[in-house]
Amino acid sequence: MQNSFGEPQTVLLLGGTSDIGVAIVRRLVTPTLQKVVLACRNPADASASIAELGVDGVSATAVAFDATDSARHAAFVDDVVAEVGDLDVVVMAFGVLGEQADFDDDPAAAASAVTVNYTGAVSIGLAVASQLRRQGHGHLVVLSSVAGERVRASNFVYGSSKAGLDGFAQGLGDSLVGSGASVLVVRPGFVHSSMTEGMKPTPFASTPESVAEVTVKGLRAGRRTVWSPGILRFVFMVLRHIPGPIFRKLPLG
Amino acid sequence: MTEPAPPHSEPPPRLTELTGWGRTAPSAACVVAVDADTVADTVAMAHKGSDRGVLARGMGRSYGDAAQNGGGVVMRLAGVAEDVVIDPAAHTMRVGAGVSVDDLLRVIVPRGYFVPVTAGTRFITIGGAIASDIHGKNHHREGSFGNHVRELSLLLADGSVAVISPTVRPELFWATIGGMGLTGIVLDATINLIPIETSRCIVDTIRADDLDEVMVAMEEGDDRYRYAVAWIDLMAKGRHLGRSILAHGEHATLEQLSSKERDAPLLYRAGIIADVPPVFPISAMNRATIKVFNEVWFRKVPKRRDAELQSIPEYFHPLDMIGAWNRVYGPRGFVQYQILIPYGEERALRVVIERLASSGAASFVTVLKRFGSANPAPLSFPAPGWTLTLDIPAGTKGLSAMLHELDHIVLDAGGRHYMAKDSHTTPAAIRRGYPRLAEWQAVRNGVDPDGVWQSDLGRRLGLID
Repeated sequence: MQNSFGEPQTVLLLGGTSDIGVAIVRRLVTPTLQKVVLACRNPADASASIAELGVDGVSATAVAFDATDSARHAAFVDDVVAEVGDLDVVVMAFGVLGEQADFDDDPAAAASAVTVNYTGAVSIGLAVASQLRRQGHGHLVVLSSVAGERVRASNFVYGSSKAGLDGFAQGLGDSLVGSGASVLVVRPGFVHSSMTEGMKPTPFASTPESVAEVTVKGLRAGRRTVWSPGILRFVFMVLRHIPGPIFRKLPLG
Repeated sequence: MTEPAPPHSEPPPRLTELTGWGRTAPSAACVVAVDADTVADTVAMAHKGSDRGVLARGMGRSYGDAAQNGGGVVMRLAGVAEDVVIDPAAHTMRVGAGVSVDDLLRVIVPRGYFVPVTAGTRFITIGGAIASDIHGKNHHREGSFGNHVRELSLLLADGSVAVISPTVRPELFWATIGGMGLTGIVLDATINLIPIETSRCIVDTIRADDLDEVMVAMEEGDDRYRYAVAWIDLMAKGRHLGRSILAHGEHATLEQLSSKERDAPLLYRAGIIADVPPVFPISAMNRATIKVFNEVWFRKVPKRRDAELQSIPEYFHPLDMIGAWNRVYGPRGFVQYQILIPYGEERALRVVIERLASSGAASFVTVLKRFGSANPAPLSFPAPGWTLTLDIPAGTKGLSAMLHELDHIVLDAGGRHYMAKDSHTTPAAIRRGYPRLAEWQAVRNGVDPDGVWQSDLGRRLGLID
């Protein structure tokens, strides 16, 4: 159970090797934190984070999680809860970025990517939401992206999967009103991380740490959506309405 | 032929988000109204349906999550103050646990009685007073609420009702006093009464210009009075650190009233002057406003004022005069920090007060009191020492880190936290502050092996599994 400052005792990170996800977990470390679970395809990949987080009385463990195995997602959540008890904060930070050029030539690869980013998120999101309803409390943080706000030709497979994820997360948040639980949708712009290594940054880029700061502030303030950096909220208010022919010419990356 | 309507049409159970008085850390539970006849069956039904357990909730005046049970069932036990049975020879009363002190006082004060211990608010239930083992301005002489409970009826997890007392099942009795509702549901209790001649108090007030002055005045003066408490201006720094108002009180005798008041010596009127509206979007309580308020209040009080007559609500329950005063803290809510520092560790108390004053955390109501002896309850908060209570807006920058730091100072000095107020501390802090916790857990597990009684506080602080 979180305390009155919104400090969690138990955190589950879905996407245990995500730079942003781990940065968020780091920000949630307080004297209140007791248990951290990092869930990823290959638990061994999270061992450095486990070692870093599992200090000062915090118990940090890594578990196997396959975002594409929707049939097992409900059981996965039950297993985690059986191990660590109530989930105070769940961070959904897994996703495949891929390369649009590759997707153009390989529809199957595109389908796999969006299955992780959207379909998998839907099934695990619903499983987590059921648990949060059962507990009567808890927060689900969903890492969306501005790439879904107005999808661009340069990465429309990724962008559309994020658009779907964003809509799902908002609807889920609405359906949880009154349940004691809530959803926070985080919309970062370009983030300098291992996922974007080698790519040219777009305007209004940020770092995993600044996304984490915005996220935790938003959690504590009870926000429903946050943008990183915050100015993107206003950027997209405008961008949304720019006519297509102009939008397509903008150097947005 | 249609079914006849049920004799009592209670509202159906509803999923409701609950918080404490600080309006923080909400959780949702199925809230259901029960009375003495329906409570046992409702508990049995609730426990069958889920593993999140059941908790009785009074008026929700605990500041944190003591009266919440996320994902479980929360019960409101009805209580009728007029049904109180007074034994004038023994000076005791038998009263339902669902009765509020507010309603009770309206019945007993005109009959010449007062409750043996009252907290700073009259909007709590008798059950809540027992579960939190509340203390008041007379603790230094008369102990806490549990000291005055002769016996109580407790609904146990197995559905039976046990009548327990300091001599009948004393372990279970003392585990229930201060047991945060986690040993069972108190149905009713027999409690001592204080006979009073009038409904007024006679109060001697001193304005102290710094912390040393007020602490000396309390050490020297408290034991001469039944009631003693000091209000500290936490906004004052430097040589004014700890400037305060110390109020020593007694129940007024008939001779102490004016001749006009003697016509109706037990007249009791406790109303609400104004209600804070539900939409109070910007917190009115910030450093600036509180500083101004305190400046005026602490300057206005004369250095010394003797034998002032105050009504019961004025002396005991001043904040209750504003309905829903917790709303002025705005949507982020606030937290209360109440700790105990044992006698002999005054240095630690001074450090805590200095840190709070210099942090700029804006506390509107800060109270300092000296405690007397502890009672046998393993989870009871009061013990010989100083207790400091303050409330701070939850959104104050750096507050959490500061409170965790102060916790170390308090615990290192042999002190502890008051769970009825707690909204931030850790299981480790509770284990350190309450060395008899394991003993309490053994008693609780003995009467509740399946975990029927649960609460958010119980889970968060590691009182229960």
